[in-house]
Amino acid sequence: MLKYTIKRVLWMIPMLIGISLISFFIMHLAPGDITNNEAAFNPKASEESRQKLRELYHLDKPIIVQYGLWLKRMVQFDFGNSFANHQKPVFLGTVDEAGRYTKGMIEEALPITLMINLLGLIITLTLAIPLGILAARNYQRWQDKSITLFNFIGFSIPGFWLSLLLMYWLGVANNWLPISGLHSLDYEYLDTWGKLKDSISHLVMPVIIPSVTGLAGITLFVKNGMLDVLNQDYITTARAKGLGEHTVVYTHALRNALLPLITIIGLSIPGLIGGSVIAETIFAIPGMGKLFYDAVLMRDFPVVMGVLTIGSALTLVGNLLADIAYAWADPRVRRGVART
Amino acid sequence: MQRNVFIKALSNPLSFVGFMIIIVMFLLAVLAPWIAPYDPDAFNVKAILLSPSWQHWMGTDGLGRDVLSRMLYGGRISLLVGLVAVGISTFIGIILGALSGYYRGWVDTVIMRLVDIMLSIPSFFLILAVIAFLTPSIINIMIVIGLTSWMGVTRLVRAEFLSLSNREFVLASRTLGAKDMRLIFIHLLPNSLTPIIVSAVLGVAGAVLLESGLSFLGLGVQAPQASWGNILTDGKEYIQFAWWLSLYPGMAILLTVLGYNLLGEGLRDALDPRSQSS
Repeated sequence: MLKYTIKRVLWMIPMLIGISLISFFIMHLAPGDITNNEAAFNPKASEESRQKLRELYHLDKPIIVQYGLWLKRMVQFDFGNSFANHQKPVFLGTVDEAGRYTKGMIEEALPITLMINLLGLIITLTLAIPLGILAARNYQRWQDKSITLFNFIGFSIPGFWLSLLLMYWLGVANNWLPISGLHSLDYEYLDTWGKLKDSISHLVMPVIIPSVTGLAGITLFVKNGMLDVLNQDYITTARAKGLGEHTVVYTHALRNALLPLITIIGLSIPGLIGGSVIAETIFAIPGMGKLFYDAVLMRDFPVVMGVLTIGSALTLVGNLLADIAYAWADPRVRRGVART
Repeated sequence: MQRNVFIKALSNPLSFVGFMIIIVMFLLAVLAPWIAPYDPDAFNVKAILLSPSWQHWMGTDGLGRDVLSRMLYGGRISLLVGLVAVGISTFIGIILGALSGYYRGWVDTVIMRLVDIMLSIPSFFLILAVIAFLTPSIINIMIVIGLTSWMGVTRLVRAEFLSLSNREFVLASRTLGAKDMRLIFIHLLPNSLTPIIVSAVLGVAGAVLLESGLSFLGLGVQAPQASWGNILTDGKEYIQFAWWLSLYPGMAILLTVLGYNLLGEGLRDALDPRSQSS
C-alpha cells in the first residue's frame, strides 16, 4: 500500500510539469504579447501597469528563461498579485511591513467552492445510489424506463437555464429563497440560529441545482454497475445458497458495484470545478468559479493563471485520493493484480 | 454493416425522436432567412418587451427585436458551432489515436500522457482562459471547444486500433506487404468508424451545451449576433418582466441537446453486441 501510494504521488510530478507547460503556452497565445492585449481591452492601462506585467512574467527575457522563472515561482506557491483588485495576493495571504495580514484571493475562494461541491456530491450520491439500484432491479420495467428518461433530460438540460427558472420561481415570484450571495445584508446582526438559517437558505439553490444535473451520470453508472454485478457467478451462488434477495443485493452486489464509483467521483472533479463558474456567477457566490470569471472579464492575468493552475493541481490531488481510496478498498489493486 | 446499425438505432422509438428533433432543428436553421418573420437585428422602439402574441409568437426583447426570428438565427450558430467544434476534435482525435494505437511504444506513451494532462485541467477553465487571452468570436469559440475536447476520441480510436490490429484481416494484409498508411486508412480506420460516429454525435450535444454556456456568460457569441445562450443572458436581465426571454431559448437548447443524446445513445446501443440478443 505504501509503495503504491509513493509511486502514485511521484507520478504527479510529470503531470504538474505538463499542466504548467500548457498554462504557460496559453498565456503566450495572445497576439503580440499580453501587455498589448491588456492595453487594448483597458485603454486606461498605464505604461506603469504594463511594466509590472512585463516584470512579473519576465517578458523581456528568452522564452525558456521565462518559463523557468515562472515554474520557480509556482513551486513556491507565488502567483503574484492581482492587477484588478488592489494588488491582493493571488493564492496565499501575505503580511506587509506594518504586520497587517492580507488574505489571498484563492485562499478565500477555494473553501467556498470545495464546501458547495462536497455538499452537492453528498446529495448526488444519496439520490443516485438508490435510484441506480431501483433501475437495475427493475431493468426494462417502468421504473427503469422513467429513470432512463430522467437521465436523458438530466444530461441535456443546461444547468444555467434550470438555475434561471428556479431562481425566478423560488426567488423572484415567491420569495421563498434568497437568490444571490452567501449571506443576507443583516447577517452580522442575527443570532446563531438565525445565522445558520440564513446560510442554509442561501446555499439551497447553488448546491442542489448542480447536484441534480450531475445526478444523471452517477445514476446511470450505478445502474450499469449493478447490472454487471448481478450477472456474476457469485451472485448466482449467493442466491442458490438460499440467501434473501435483500442480502444478495445489499451485502453481496452493492459493495462490488459501488467500487468503481470511487474512480468516477475522482474523474468528475474537473467537471465540478469547471462547472462552478456558471453556478457561482448566477448566484453571486464568491468561490473559485466567480473569481475566475471576474478575472477573465477584467483580463486579470495573474489571477487567471493562478486559478487555472490551482484548479488543475486540485484535480490531480482529487484523482490521487480516489486512486488511493480505490487501492485501499480493493485488495486486487493494492497487491498489483490486474485492475478490473 | 454501418447502414444496419443506423436502421437498428432508428427502430428504437427514443432515438427516432432524437433523430427527428435534429432534422427539424436543421431545417429551421437552414431556412431561417426565409421563414423568420422579422429581421433578427432590427430594433423597434414601439415593440419593447411585448409578450407572445400573433404578431410576435415568442414576444420581443428589451430592444424590440422579434424573439422568434432571433431564435431561428441563433439556431444556426448553435448547430454550426456544434458541428465544426466536433469536426475539429474528431479530426485531432483520429490522428492522435491512430498514431498512438498503430505505432505504440514511445509515441503511444507521449500521446496518452498528453491526454491525461489535458483531462486533469478543468476544461471549462481552460476554455475561459484561452478566451481571456484571445477575443471571443464564433471562429475562436469553435476552435477552442474543438481543441479542448479531443481526448475522448483519441482514447476511443486508440482502443479500436489496438484491438483491430491483431485481427486476421489486418495481419494478412500486413503479411502481404501493405504499407503503414494503407493499413491505417484502408483497413483500420474504416472499421473503427461506427464508434467514432457515436462519439461525435454525443460530442455535438456537449459542444452545443458549452457554446450556449459561454454565450450566456458573455464570452461566446457576441451581441448583436443572436445565439440561444445570449438571448438567455437578456432573459436573466428581464426575468421579472419577460419570462418568454428565458423559456424559449432554454427549451431550444434542451431539445437540441436531447436530440443528439438520444440519437447517440441509440447508435451506441445498436452497436453494443450485448444488446443484440435482447
